[in-house]
Amino acid sequence: MKTVKLHVDGKAHQVTVDDPEMPLLYALRDELELDNPRFGCGLAQCGACTVHVDGRATRSCVTPLSAVGGMKVTTIAGLGSPGKPHPLQTAFIEEQASQCGYCLNGWMMTAAALVRDNPKATLQEIKDGLSGVKCRCGSHMSFIRAVARVTGAA
Amino acid sequence: MNAKLDDAPISLARRRLLQAGGALLVSFSANLPLPGVADAAGKAVRPPLVPEQLDSFIALRPDGGFTVYFGKVDMGLGVDTAVSQMVADELDVELDQIHVIMGDTGQTVDQGGASGSWAVEKGGGQLRYAAAEARRILIERAAQRLGVPADGLDTRDGDVFLTAQPAKRISYKALMGDGYFRTPLTWNGQLGNNLLARGKARPKSPSQYRIVGQSAQRASLRDNVFGQLKFVTDVRLHGMLHARVIRPPVVGAEPQTIDKASVKDIPGVRIVHERGLLAVLAEKEWNAIRAASLLDVTWTTSADRFPDQAKLYDHIRAAPVLKRNQEHSSGDLAGAMVMAAKTVTATYEWPFQSHACIVGACAVADVRADGATVWTGSQKPHAVRNGVARILDLPPEKVRAIWSRGPGSYGRNDAGDAALEAAHLSRVTGRPVRLQYTRQQGTGWDPKGPATVHTCKAALDADGNVIAYQVENRGFSRTNVMYNEEDPRDSLVGQLLGKGQNSTEGLGSTSETYRFPAALYAWETVPPLVKNASPLRTGHLRDPVGPQVNFAGESFIDELAAATGTDPVEFRLRYQHDPRAVAAIKAAADKFGWTPRVAASQVARSGPYRGRGFALAQRYGTIVAVAVEVEINRETGALRQLRWAAAHDCGQVINPHNLRLMVEGNIIQSGSRSLHEEVTFDREKVTSIDWMSYPILDSTEAPERIYVVLLDRPEIPPTGAGEGATRPVPAALANAIFDATGVRLRRAPFTAERIKAALSAKA
Repeated sequence: MKTVKLHVDGKAHQVTVDDPEMPLLYALRDELELDNPRFGCGLAQCGACTVHVDGRATRSCVTPLSAVGGMKVTTIAGLGSPGKPHPLQTAFIEEQASQCGYCLNGWMMTAAALVRDNPKATLQEIKDGLSGVKCRCGSHMSFIRAVARVTGAA
Repeated sequence: MNAKLDDAPISLARRRLLQAGGALLVSFSANLPLPGVADAAGKAVRPPLVPEQLDSFIALRPDGGFTVYFGKVDMGLGVDTAVSQMVADELDVELDQIHVIMGDTGQTVDQGGASGSWAVEKGGGQLRYAAAEARRILIERAAQRLGVPADGLDTRDGDVFLTAQPAKRISYKALMGDGYFRTPLTWNGQLGNNLLARGKARPKSPSQYRIVGQSAQRASLRDNVFGQLKFVTDVRLHGMLHARVIRPPVVGAEPQTIDKASVKDIPGVRIVHERGLLAVLAEKEWNAIRAASLLDVTWTTSADRFPDQAKLYDHIRAAPVLKRNQEHSSGDLAGAMVMAAKTVTATYEWPFQSHACIVGACAVADVRADGATVWTGSQKPHAVRNGVARILDLPPEKVRAIWSRGPGSYGRNDAGDAALEAAHLSRVTGRPVRLQYTRQQGTGWDPKGPATVHTCKAALDADGNVIAYQVENRGFSRTNVMYNEEDPRDSLVGQLLGKGQNSTEGLGSTSETYRFPAALYAWETVPPLVKNASPLRTGHLRDPVGPQVNFAGESFIDELAAATGTDPVEFRLRYQHDPRAVAAIKAAADKFGWTPRVAASQVARSGPYRGRGFALAQRYGTIVAVAVEVEINRETGALRQLRWAAAHDCGQVINPHNLRLMVEGNIIQSGSRSLHEEVTFDREKVTSIDWMSYPILDSTEAPERIYVVLLDRPEIPPTGAGEGATRPVPAALANAIFDATGVRLRRAPFTAERIKAALSAKA
């Protein structure tokens, strides 16, 4: 048993686990009951589990808990709130971006890092930056439009 | 959260809170007692859940809003929003007064679940009748209360008012009595999609709708962007075990020896082994995952073998026919073929494809001595109830299946398998069980869309007129596993447990209504490659068999246009007489900026190839015509989709923005199927098992634009929009590849390698 300290969306937590190599995803979902990062593949191939670790978009399904102790983790719920939404949250609602929505976390969290690092990203930069995130329903067009709203790409 | 995904007050209260920008609003309880159960005060008993009872479909809540009980479910296309719009208009209330509870077998009658894209057409159609009847009852109550005739009353904004004296009004809330309508409906005796139960009232005329036709936003999407939407994966029960299953490494193998010592260092692991079923369970999810990966198992050898994948289509051609169905035959086909000045033939081939949902299925089951509850993302929760009852040997009324949002599922995916398997594991362990399939299981072991071969033949007279036209479709049955899981033999766990198979024969045929002097459309099914518990068992995948049949038919139409030196759009218009199809063809061509010329008459001699393709689809009353422009890299064969124009006619448009998104999604997903997707296998197993081995379209491959023209026909009741635009995409792309390069691809998918090889073969 090992105890790891986590800072998630501005709150401090302690998580006790049998195996410190357990991926961060299961600490967030199963120990802290934060369901926003989603299990998609467990292989870092789809992005549904993406969170920010010290600001960096990170696939939590393959990131060992031992590697993030003491670091700041942000989930989609930490991006903004209904009363104070992140511009991407507003844009995704305006575009009604996503269909089933299971993958939405991956697109938004990846896009949030992208627009922070490149606030005026062009359409091509947006498409390139999101290329590692999977959507099976085929909502690509609405995701790209939503991010383009934020960066002003035409 | 605990087991309350169906908890209406949370989501509705939250929805109102969000709409108010976080300000505190009055919350209320939308939760009524279950049907047949008395309310908390013991004053009234909610009428039992039967189709011939208005209370089974709609309830007036104490706050004056309405809760609608919908026996269908939303696979992410926003059907709950659409039916809310339809109901709100019948009742003359605002949209946020409507809350929809979907697919809980304890609260909704069996309207067939998500099926055939009929949620709005059939499911919503039924709710319109229910809402109209509820309004009629409320008006009747108001008439009694006010002592005036009912025909002098009307409704607006949740009130009944005197037409002659609009200030005199009484709210719905004041008319609710003990909360129940207790109004019998005339039921047509059918359950499922065709259920129809009507009262005396009829829905309004289209001109009276205000909310129908507006782009209302989806409440679930708003919850999701703030991290508040719950899926079936998020259900947690007290005392729950996490389960992972271990599938045979080779088709047909069963566990022979299991070395429990191999997982002895992982806390609390339980192993369940029964014939072909092998599962590990643990209190902690990560421990179940570790145990599944570390458990040392040896497997029996199996005689089952798949054919060499390179010879799959030869296998289909040579296989015995299990069933032949001639769906259309007209004119003297044989005579016309003999009389022909010229005949044209072509054969098209379509691979096995996976649902490859964004996550493998998850289900949570709590089986107790006196009954069972299952949380499932299945499209057909009522079938889950029946299937779980059968696998547990319980009467169906002792089982409650609660639909919870899952990943988009596109047909008979793995959700039903997971629901029955979780129930079985819960019974065996005596604990609530959450079963999560892995990525590899989701892609490797879901029921597959069938591989097919299509043979087309046409006769032309001396003037180039088509005088006979024939399309024969042959492949694996789309109901090798049934489109629902109410028989455990149609589930993977049932087959692994040796319960046998329930295969029936079905494929599909051309539905486009071109008129030729003689025509024949037929299909034939062939036996599955492996009979039991096969990762290549076949079932419904979005627009079942539609894309492959249309790929053949609409490619062949293009080949005939080319053979007769005719522009592809002009050729279609020459033989198509359905006025709505003609209008859709013209609208798509117009939006695209289609100028007439013969396909492949302007093939570039250097630089990238560029071309355009057209296709038409007619599906259960919905019509979609598409045009696409593509660019093809001369060296690599890689195809870029530049722009699409789609004209979409599904009758009355309920929610234009959602409909546009639906058309876009269909085009993107079907484009992915056309360009990339092919299940691969060797002699023993499926080898496409994740996003590397089963790639789908990514954001860099998205078209630059998809123009969607909605042909709104308010006077025609809505037909399905969930699948229609999937159908014409493969043929449109194949036709564009031909126009660009002069090379005809008759085997999907059109990967860069395959296009490059075809270009080399031509050169």
